[in-house]
Amino acid sequence: MSDLSLIRNFSIIAHIDHGKSTLADRIIHACGGLSDREMREQVLDSMDIERERGITIKAQTVRLSYKAKDGKTYILNLMDTPGHVDFAYEVSRSLAACEGSLLVVDASQGVEAQTLANVYQAMDNNHEIIPILNKIDLPSAEPERIKQQIEDVIGIDASEAVLVSAKTGLGIPDVLEALVKRLPPPVGEESEPLQALLIDSWYDAYLGVVILVRVKHGRIGVGLKMKLMSTGAVHPIDRVGVFTPKPVNVDSLGPGDVGFITAGIRHVADCAVGDTITDEKRQASAPLAGFKPSVPVVFCGLFPTDAANFEHLRESLAKLRLNDASFQFEPESSAALGFGFRCGFLGLLHLDIVQERLEREFDLDLVTTAPSVIYRMVQTNGEVLEIHNPADMPDLVKIDHIEEPWIKATILVPDDYLGAILALCQERRGEQVDLTYAGNRAMLTYLLPLNEVVFDFYDRLKSTSRGYASFDYQLDKYREGDLVKLQILVNAEPVDALSTLVHRGQAEARGRVLCLKLKDLIPPQLFQIAIQAAIGGRVIARESVRAMRKDVLAKCYGGDISRKRKLLDKQKEGKKRMRQFGKVEIPQSAFIAAFKTGGDS
Amino acid sequence: MSLAVYLHWPYCVSKCPYCDFNSHVREGVKLEPWHESLPAAITAQRQWLESRGYEFKPVTSIFFGGGTPSLMPSKLVETLIDRVAREFTLASDAEITLEANPNSVEAEKFKAFAAAGVNRVSIGVQSFEADGLKFLGRAHSQGEAMKAIELAQAIFPRVSFDLIYGLPDQSVADWQAQMARALQMGTDHLSLYQLTIEQGTAFASAYGRGDFVMPSPELAADLYEATEAATAAAGIKAYEVSNYARVGQESRHNLAYWNYDDYLGIGPGAHGRVSLPQKHATRQEKLPETWLKSNLALNGGNCEVTAISRSDQFAETLMMGLRLVKGIDRARFTRDMGMDIDQIIPTDRLNNLVEENYLLVTPEQFALTLSGRLRLNLILDYLLEGSRI
Repeated sequence: MSDLSLIRNFSIIAHIDHGKSTLADRIIHACGGLSDREMREQVLDSMDIERERGITIKAQTVRLSYKAKDGKTYILNLMDTPGHVDFAYEVSRSLAACEGSLLVVDASQGVEAQTLANVYQAMDNNHEIIPILNKIDLPSAEPERIKQQIEDVIGIDASEAVLVSAKTGLGIPDVLEALVKRLPPPVGEESEPLQALLIDSWYDAYLGVVILVRVKHGRIGVGLKMKLMSTGAVHPIDRVGVFTPKPVNVDSLGPGDVGFITAGIRHVADCAVGDTITDEKRQASAPLAGFKPSVPVVFCGLFPTDAANFEHLRESLAKLRLNDASFQFEPESSAALGFGFRCGFLGLLHLDIVQERLEREFDLDLVTTAPSVIYRMVQTNGEVLEIHNPADMPDLVKIDHIEEPWIKATILVPDDYLGAILALCQERRGEQVDLTYAGNRAMLTYLLPLNEVVFDFYDRLKSTSRGYASFDYQLDKYREGDLVKLQILVNAEPVDALSTLVHRGQAEARGRVLCLKLKDLIPPQLFQIAIQAAIGGRVIARESVRAMRKDVLAKCYGGDISRKRKLLDKQKEGKKRMRQFGKVEIPQSAFIAAFKTGGDS
Repeated sequence: MSLAVYLHWPYCVSKCPYCDFNSHVREGVKLEPWHESLPAAITAQRQWLESRGYEFKPVTSIFFGGGTPSLMPSKLVETLIDRVAREFTLASDAEITLEANPNSVEAEKFKAFAAAGVNRVSIGVQSFEADGLKFLGRAHSQGEAMKAIELAQAIFPRVSFDLIYGLPDQSVADWQAQMARALQMGTDHLSLYQLTIEQGTAFASAYGRGDFVMPSPELAADLYEATEAATAAAGIKAYEVSNYARVGQESRHNLAYWNYDDYLGIGPGAHGRVSLPQKHATRQEKLPETWLKSNLALNGGNCEVTAISRSDQFAETLMMGLRLVKGIDRARFTRDMGMDIDQIIPTDRLNNLVEENYLLVTPEQFALTLSGRLRLNLILDYLLEGSRI
């Protein structure tokens, strides 16, 4: 039986690039978790995409053994958590599994918006927070200023912040001492019925679904029939272990322990993050607080660039979902883009990651349609219809009003760029809630319609602030909006995939941008092509692609005939991927390009 | 109906970077085998056609193409003309054309070609500007080109020459100035081609590397329209996409291709079209060395004889006929295809083209306008895709 006073469970909170993974690697190394030879940079971020982007998508844990200066040997459970708003719920569950956090802040750059959100979550979970100033070896480091900033912005005492350089290893022993001295040990009763928090789960080709748990009360061991409290499903546990970071089997896990279990479960979707695991024979009276199923908030269509890859896309999505139950997909067909899938994501980054993994790990070339949010169509008969695809919009006369989701956004920006960011928020129908200063940086709180944010807001934010603005958001509430369905017509026929719901005040500008973009992308054909943007029956913007002026073979004599005819046949082959609009046929590639170029310019 | 005979001479002194014709550069070509095989190939064609029950018609044109046929010994040219006359009925007013390069021209040889029966020459001038000639890899100078034309005009009843335009960096004004010089030469026929980058040529690789930029479709169209205007003003009117002539001076031989009449293709890589009575395509061995070894007793020396399906025949008729300003003769079309043209092409497609001023339909003709001809590839596509055959 383990002594709870010798366990410390902690997570690391940091903004992208502030050195979280490097610090984690240093700590693992210092505790002898891996030999020099085994040490790979950023051990914890096992997916290529995680390592490249410097972000963590799945929660991971490492159990370390540390001999402290007081002579005792402690078990340190390091939880590496996703650091992005899209995975805010996963973050909150990971945090709920620990008693304290290391707050890593770059000693030159200071606090960023995402750090804030996660720190507040940690504080909500009653964490003891140890500020760590990283990259202290850089000449631009200003530890005193950043300490002050942490106190001003976050409101915690930073006087005892630990100064480190994860890169050189400077200060790492101080971090380890601070962990055992300043963080509280976990509390729990082994004699009570089992209550274990499901932190995360993933699919392993050999083991099936692996579940990461934190035991609160009781004991979990091989042979126990575990019960998932949200679904009631029962599975016999066949393996229990810890990551050191290599997986090592153990007999059981007790209060305060963090480790993994397998129980012959096939689908990650059956193991919802935040669920409580108990013993079927001796059940806990209530689940742990805070469980909620993850719900997609951003939707878009994913289409293979090459129609032949539809099945491959279906299989790839199914495989990805094995490991990521939080995204959804269902088949969708579009006249302009062919067959594809309508997919739901936790947020924009999540969308980006899934798309990138599909392209990279499954070698797919994809077209992504404009992201959409969930709109509530309140009908005249009082019924509310939730739609996330403009194509599903009911008959206008049946709609009393439309409601759209709003978010509460926090933006941190150097004051040089404040004006531009305010203008951007204003342009996106934002409502300012708060504006405060910390040093030369402004902290903005804005209410914004989510549909304005999914439309290239983040890119604009980054470009207008030259990358200095950081941004974070949480869902607020639904509000009525003056929204209209903007349609793009080519030769008077609607292009389904380009339909969007937009605010009336922005319809014209958006319509004009789309018309111009298509004008550039649709190659000239035999006849002139009319491109129009319309709301209902009213045309609000128009462009035209003039007919191709010249396309004729200069020479065609007796010897050329057969060859030139074959050339024509080949042209016909290429037509299979064309879509008829009135008397012209437009290559699908033009629409594909319209989505690929993205955003407005 | 008539029959046209094409004879191919496969050798050149050097290969031009734009040329994708079947031409070869060889050191010390032995002439004896050609003196033997080419005439024999003419006889073999006649025998093969006979064996297939071919309904012979008088030969109204012979065309010596290449390669550089002006490199042929005049004696060989004479033998070949005589052989055609012996094996077929050669019309008394037959048009006998030979392609010539300005640098391989000598007065004596021209006279000998004329004496052999050649009554029309087509000279590959390509440009009247030093820069243009250099870019196109031509071995002759401007002066040589002008001299060759003048010499030919003194010896042959009919002389045509070729120019290539739409060269990189060529403006409409540059081209107009060059056309003015061409039209001053007092010719009755001109072939004016926009430069095309053909696959497998030296230009294709250079263009692929980005060594030069081709005119935009807009500029290409402007150049084309300027050509049309300048020639028309000089009384040398367009009768085909790239061919211009005074009335009555059109190339009868080339008209046979565009009217989709029968023609024989004899020599390395030569193609033919013959009605047996179904249209058949013939093709001869491409490589000169292989051609010389071909079995003349088999299919008249054609390595490949393919029956042309009705839909392909329709496509070829359209592809060739719509190149002509006078277009397709509807009565002739109905006779050949056994159907009216508007039974094959849906009315809405025809109407769309007429409305756009691309197509002229009369009870006799089916022809493209100037703006239609400029977009011939797209129109062919549009018509063939909609056609029911």
